[in-house]
Amino acid sequence: MEQTKNIIELKHITKTYEDGYSAVSDFNLEVKQGEFITFLGPSGCGKTTTLRMIAGFDIPTEGEILLNGKPITSLPPNKRPINTVFQRYALFPHMNIYENIAFGLRQKKTPEKVIAKKVKKVLELVDLEGFENRKIDTLSGGQQQRVAIARAVVNEPQILLLDEPLGALDLKMRKEMQLELKEMHRELGITFIYVTHDQEEALTMSDKIVVMSEGKMQQIGTPEDIYNEPINAFVADFIGDSNIFNGIMTGKLKVRFCGGEFACVDDIEEGTHITAVVRPEDVTLTRPEEGRIRGTVTSVIFKGIHYEITVESGKNEIVAQSVHSARVGDRVGVQVEPDNIHVMIAEDHTNIFAAEINKNYELEYNGTVLPVDLTNVIKGSVMSEDGTLLDAKGLEIDPKKVRIKISIKPQDIELTDDQEEGLVQGCISNLIYKGDHYSYVIHTDLEQDFVVNDEYLWNMEDQVGLIMPVEKMIFTVKK
Amino acid sequence: MHRRTFSRKYLGIPYAAFLLLFVAAPLIVLIYYAFTNGQGEFTVQNMTGFFSDPNTLGTLCYSFGVALVTTAVCLLLAYPLAYILATSRLKGKSVIVLIFIMPMWINFSLRITALKEILTWIEGNLAYHPFLNTVLGMSYDFLPFMILPIYTAISKLDGALLEAARDLGAGEAQAFLRVTLPLSLPGIMSGVSMVFLPAMTNYVVLDMLYNSTYIMGSLIGSYFAAYNWNGGSMIALILLGIICLFTLLTGGTDDENRRGGALL
Repeated sequence: MEQTKNIIELKHITKTYEDGYSAVSDFNLEVKQGEFITFLGPSGCGKTTTLRMIAGFDIPTEGEILLNGKPITSLPPNKRPINTVFQRYALFPHMNIYENIAFGLRQKKTPEKVIAKKVKKVLELVDLEGFENRKIDTLSGGQQQRVAIARAVVNEPQILLLDEPLGALDLKMRKEMQLELKEMHRELGITFIYVTHDQEEALTMSDKIVVMSEGKMQQIGTPEDIYNEPINAFVADFIGDSNIFNGIMTGKLKVRFCGGEFACVDDIEEGTHITAVVRPEDVTLTRPEEGRIRGTVTSVIFKGIHYEITVESGKNEIVAQSVHSARVGDRVGVQVEPDNIHVMIAEDHTNIFAAEINKNYELEYNGTVLPVDLTNVIKGSVMSEDGTLLDAKGLEIDPKKVRIKISIKPQDIELTDDQEEGLVQGCISNLIYKGDHYSYVIHTDLEQDFVVNDEYLWNMEDQVGLIMPVEKMIFTVKK
Repeated sequence: MHRRTFSRKYLGIPYAAFLLLFVAAPLIVLIYYAFTNGQGEFTVQNMTGFFSDPNTLGTLCYSFGVALVTTAVCLLLAYPLAYILATSRLKGKSVIVLIFIMPMWINFSLRITALKEILTWIEGNLAYHPFLNTVLGMSYDFLPFMILPIYTAISKLDGALLEAARDLGAGEAQAFLRVTLPLSLPGIMSGVSMVFLPAMTNYVVLDMLYNSTYIMGSLIGSYFAAYNWNGGSMIALILLGIICLFTLLTGGTDDENRRGGALL
């Protein structure tokens, strides 16, 4: 027997719009009474749509929502014991604070005396005593936020939904409100469902985090689980800083990435393509001869309590955090403890590599200029008249400070005999027959591993060129 | 010596001159005539005359009635329409809005003449229903002035506010009454003042519909036609006072909602 019951259950929820776009697909979730659960993901991942379906503003195209075991899938929002704190507050501008907070209670025909008492109490809860008669437009953003929270919790909902409630506040205010919300959650004992794209906020506040991407749940777990045991490269990349490498299992509890062989604790079959994730704080820098791999320090940034040191080994970049400083140009060794290497089977593998921006603001990889327009890659950027690239805020982009991450799927890369034709060259270091195609690992001259699917048979140690069509590449900007 | 630099305020000079010549000056002349008699001597006779004459007072009341009913008819027709237009997700919405504004682009006397023909065809003799015809004519003429500000006010409404109302337990009707309606009030006010005030004075509609009744505008016209400049001026002045009072009562109109009207 479970001690606490599920307050809300989402079963196979799918939301598809008329134009065929699926905002959420096959989403399953169980939330326990009193939990603080956070939907975390980049914008457009479907987290707000999911919240809106729980609130009743959107109706799922498929699936069922159960509240205390009873279906509420198509119940209108006013019939649900659920209240929402809106992203931009949505306070009624024609009412004072008292009337705003009393709105929900009046709908329930609560006697005026009870309303007055409850409004007073909830204003104390949000530290706005005596603000009853103030008008909305005389309040600061933080105060409006508090009124929005008060207006929702005064109805004593079973579930409180918060849609990026702190997004419009400045950093200091946001930190304060995070603690206050957490405290409020403890005091009220209501189930909180929180939506944010800020991973730090999610880690600080939640009992449980649901990481979402492209309408699908990627991982669900406690903040510790999500941080320490990310299930795939997306989660690892989204939560905290990560070094993510493509690699391959080379033996029992042995993995190779970045051109070095490491011991690991994940028992995965030899020859499997994997993604290895190493947190910067788990990377140990040693003398060159003591490290599994060797590299050169390319940047050192002081971060207050530690230094962030970037080491380049071949074309791989490894970010380490260390209390000891290093000098740019130092030769160092890199060592990682076995249980700090998180190995994931790369079933849906994506090759990720970094490209540079050259002086002419062209994207360059391995000495080849890629035929793409940078203004399309960096959102909102424009080419100025004097030939410099400006970002969305009109500031000049420093090509040295911006890196572009390129993702490409294994099936989108083509192998060729003519090595010069390829964007990068390498030798086949592993091959597996997958029924209708071969899956190859190509170890490039730049010490990177690429996974390529090809229907033709190549031999181990064959030297090949990798043709990567630009239109199949996905670009993300890394500062 | 300093150089004369072009300042933006000089751009206001033409308008100021226009204002002086065609608004301020006639107003002064109007006030002068209103408080003098035919011989140019000061008198309040024109005012007392207006308020003691049952005919003029009757015309005032009748004008008021016409304006009130016209405004009510316009509001009843315009609000639901504006609401549907503003809240529907139709793609060609702007085209539909255009259809309602389009009559404004056709010459006013042409439209009223068309209306007259239709009404004559239905009623036979227009003289039988002067009040009804006046209200019909004016409503037809002024309706777009009511639709547009209300449409603008409702379109500007933040959808999240309605969701918030629903979220807090309000049904659709309650959400409309407690959120949409109060927040579209500035639009209503703007529309009301844009319909009510001209409806008090626009006697051309009456005349064109072969109407024997008098409203304030036609009363002034008849005084002037009889060369009674002093009496006519006083009535115009009283009307101006009433309009000022009315504008004050409706709290002026929201600047932003005027923008809808500016489209016309």
